[in-house]
Amino acid sequence: MSTLHTINKSPFSHTTLTSCLQVCGQQDGILLLEDGVFGALQSAPCAEDMSDMIEKGIKVYALASDINARGLQEKIRKDIVVTDYNGFVQLSIEHNCVQSWY
Amino acid sequence: MIFSLAIYAAPYSSQANHSAYRFAYALLENGHTLYRVFFYHDAVHLASSLATPPQDEIHFTEEWQKLAQQHNIDLVVCIAAALKRGLLNQQEAQRYEKPAHNLAAGFDISGLGQLLDAAVTSDRLITFGG
Amino acid sequence: MTGTPSKKILFISRHAPYGSSLAKDALDAILAASAYEQNLSLLFMDDGVFQLLAHQSPDHIGQKSFAAILPVLPLYEINSIYVHYESLVKRQITINELVLDSVQIIDSKAVSGLLAQQDQLLSF
Repeated sequence: MSTLHTINKSPFSHTTLTSCLQVCGQQDGILLLEDGVFGALQSAPCAEDMSDMIEKGIKVYALASDINARGLQEKIRKDIVVTDYNGFVQLSIEHNCVQSWY
Repeated sequence: MIFSLAIYAAPYSSQANHSAYRFAYALLENGHTLYRVFFYHDAVHLASSLATPPQDEIHFTEEWQKLAQQHNIDLVVCIAAALKRGLLNQQEAQRYEKPAHNLAAGFDISGLGQLLDAAVTSDRLITFGG
Repeated sequence: MTGTPSKKILFISRHAPYGSSLAKDALDAILAASAYEQNLSLLFMDDGVFQLLAHQSPDHIGQKSFAAILPVLPLYEINSIYVHYESLVKRQITINELVLDSVQIIDSKAVSGLLAQQDQLLSF
């Protein structure tokens, strides 16, 4: 069974995303929302750990409305999937549980 | 699928309530059921009948009331968290001899057992913290 | 809820005690949940591991001691209590400093496996 992890804090000021990446399983998914979308930047502190996870097959998503609100459209990593709330609902169904990191 | 949401953050102080509302709206649009929204920690403030945001800002209390009425959603406020923060229904206000009650219509005050019940009854429980 | 099979529900407590009430809210939630005959477990992770330190005296900050509350968990039949190993190491906390001796210390890989076994996660 797999877990969808949601992160709403910036990795520039919180260690939440780092903690999540530590315990993420290979079947899991990660959704960045609210200030968590700063984790989708190439400049994010855990960018390399994120790359490792993506290489292992973990899918990382970020909410479009939060990216656009913060003016990050041109700065988001290409290996992250930008999605919307319909996508968020779908992800919560595809995975068995949702762990909210806040 | 049957969903429940647990919200722990105060309205307006963070984005959590807006994210939860957007998620609720999307799951209902996609034909799923929202069984319960459980307001705990600072989120109990959302159930105040006295909330008066500016007219050009979202009125979370009213939006949740409308959604709950349209889709028969159980809106539950944790009694322990509510009392200590000054959110009281008429019964609790009388019990504690307070001068007023302020729980908004459409919200129920109940115990933490309702959170566990939501976890047991729902296929998915999603938490929105601040 | 009688008659339905019990669910595996993991409470994840990641916040330090006292600075915010989230840690206490998590404990209150799991204690309330213990009345409902579900398969409950509790994981302490990140700053949540600070809740387990033995010598806490919060009287002067007007709060109740976690070191006094946590030992009642087994009395409520909450016996599956896990502590994240890497969170302890990062904070230089040793096992003999913990107020509970009946916990299972598990590493990140095991935490990942623990999450995968659950029917619901309650995130605190």
